[in-house]
Amino acid sequence: MGQPFAHKSPIPGLGLSAGITLSMLSMMVLLPIAALLVQGFSAGVPAFVAAVNTPRTWAALFLSFRLSLVAALFNLMFGVVLAWVLVRYRFPFRKVLNAAVDLPFALPTAVAGIALTALYAPNGAFGQIAKDWGFKIAYTQWGVLIALIFVGLPFVTRTVQPVIEEIAREVEEASATLGATRAYTLRRVIWPMLAPAALTGFALSLARAVGEYGSVIFIAGNIPLKTEIAPLLIVIKLEEYNEAGAAAIGIAMLVMSFGMLFVINAAQVLSRKRMSNV
Amino acid sequence: MLTAIKQTKQILAQGGVLAAAVAGFLAFGAAPQTALAQSLLNVSYDPTRELYEDINKAFVNYWVGQGNAAPEIQASHGGSGAQARAVIEGLDAQVVTLALAADIDKIAAKGKLPEDWQNKLPHNASPYTSTIVFLVRHGNPKGIQDWGDLVQDGVEVITPNPKTSGGARWNYLAAWAWAEKNGQDPQAFVKALYEHVPVLDKGARDATTTFTQREIGDVLLAWENEAYLAQNELGADAYDIVVPSISVLAEPPVSVVDANIHDDAQRKLAEAYLNFLYTPDAQAIIFKNFYRGWDTSKADPTDVARFPALELVDIAHFGGWSKVQKEHFADGGVFDLIYTAK
Repeated sequence: MGQPFAHKSPIPGLGLSAGITLSMLSMMVLLPIAALLVQGFSAGVPAFVAAVNTPRTWAALFLSFRLSLVAALFNLMFGVVLAWVLVRYRFPFRKVLNAAVDLPFALPTAVAGIALTALYAPNGAFGQIAKDWGFKIAYTQWGVLIALIFVGLPFVTRTVQPVIEEIAREVEEASATLGATRAYTLRRVIWPMLAPAALTGFALSLARAVGEYGSVIFIAGNIPLKTEIAPLLIVIKLEEYNEAGAAAIGIAMLVMSFGMLFVINAAQVLSRKRMSNV
Repeated sequence: MLTAIKQTKQILAQGGVLAAAVAGFLAFGAAPQTALAQSLLNVSYDPTRELYEDINKAFVNYWVGQGNAAPEIQASHGGSGAQARAVIEGLDAQVVTLALAADIDKIAAKGKLPEDWQNKLPHNASPYTSTIVFLVRHGNPKGIQDWGDLVQDGVEVITPNPKTSGGARWNYLAAWAWAEKNGQDPQAFVKALYEHVPVLDKGARDATTTFTQREIGDVLLAWENEAYLAQNELGADAYDIVVPSISVLAEPPVSVVDANIHDDAQRKLAEAYLNFLYTPDAQAIIFKNFYRGWDTSKADPTDVARFPALELVDIAHFGGWSKVQKEHFADGGVFDLIYTAK
């Protein structure tokens, strides 16, 4: 370590690969974000504040981030269990199920949205059951939540799966022979090993949900202050040819996402440190 | 950098489907370009899919009959505003056929076509008109006859978001016109109306889907042609059309996009295409597709007879699109107050 650029790696090509990395990263990520910032502040800071600081924008941002957080938490728990089952147990159709986990990645989000709406609308298969029990799923915040869970599902499972594959059974057996209860083994032996990967998956799932548009608009109902997500508000601003306003909300989302990812990364660093003490 | 913003915006606006399409397009390389003079891209709005499918076939026959080589006519459909923005941002459309004059004005404001485009063709450059009617469930169980019935207790109204849908702006204005005429406070009336809306879809077609496929709501405020189309495709015993006492005269206009005309042969083709819309043959197709045309000489009389007469107010009644847009649908306009003012 020390000075990273002075360090001679036995593998040549740092100059070339660093050049490729920097130019790709600039073109694909940094430039669009810079353009977003320029566009968002093009009308000045007061216009930026005016675009973001309205009850409707706050309601949409709050809805987007709150539901994304809930969806990511759900995916964190369910994703770890799913990964555990897929790695540790052998049962018929395990490989089919394993492949099915990736479907939310492969399906165009609009298709997913329409399919979920068809299922959860009051005349759909699940929506009908909910209706009999006296509540609605599609066109409410529950519908938004289901869509967000769907699109973020694979992340945790796919990040945690390889880690679980690496955990030797002997570790659990050792823990048991030393007198640990199952819950204790899970909490103090297994979870610390999974935590960094699980948190990465959680962060990815969260980021995906915050920006999700295609599937959510079909199931959300899109009523301002109730079921209007922040990305829809951006599209609405664009329809009004208000590009600066759209970019302003985009920047607000970017800042909030960055803040959340920062916290998650900090948690990850913390859990890694704890790991090294075990 | 600018293109990057534009692409991001476009992908965001059109949702995942387009993103997937763009990705596929990039992956498999650009489609082979046909000779420019022989191709025409018509950028249109959402509910005209079926109309232009028929028109394009008829036009190709007509054009070949005039002794020309068969042209390739392509049509793109989407929300009127989003389509206008795509053209502004560089979509190579030679012809636009949109829902609102305001959207073509936006393209004109960017210098892609002359400001006086609406004087270049008859009837304010609108080869067909349409209006807004109610589609209700069979037998009209809630007894909906006119705009006033929409705000009764327990009635759910399906209409798209006026912010994203041209048709929805007409719905809103028709309700406004009814309230004005019946001595009610129009602003209070539309507020009450939107309180009965459980789902604000993005476009007219989405709203039709919500009403017909998801069976949400008691009444759909729809383009007349969408209402007939829904009845036609889903069975007359599923839905009834209710014609209110007053509605709007929507004049969806058309124009050549001068900036995207690449040579004289293409200009000739584009102008012929738009003029063709006014011919008796095309007008017959227009009536057949549930639009109100101007020339009934070749139209099937039953196609013409199914349109009931009703009082229609046009956009001039509200002071023109630019005024309406600013007062009602712009950021902080009357429509925004419906949801934010208590």
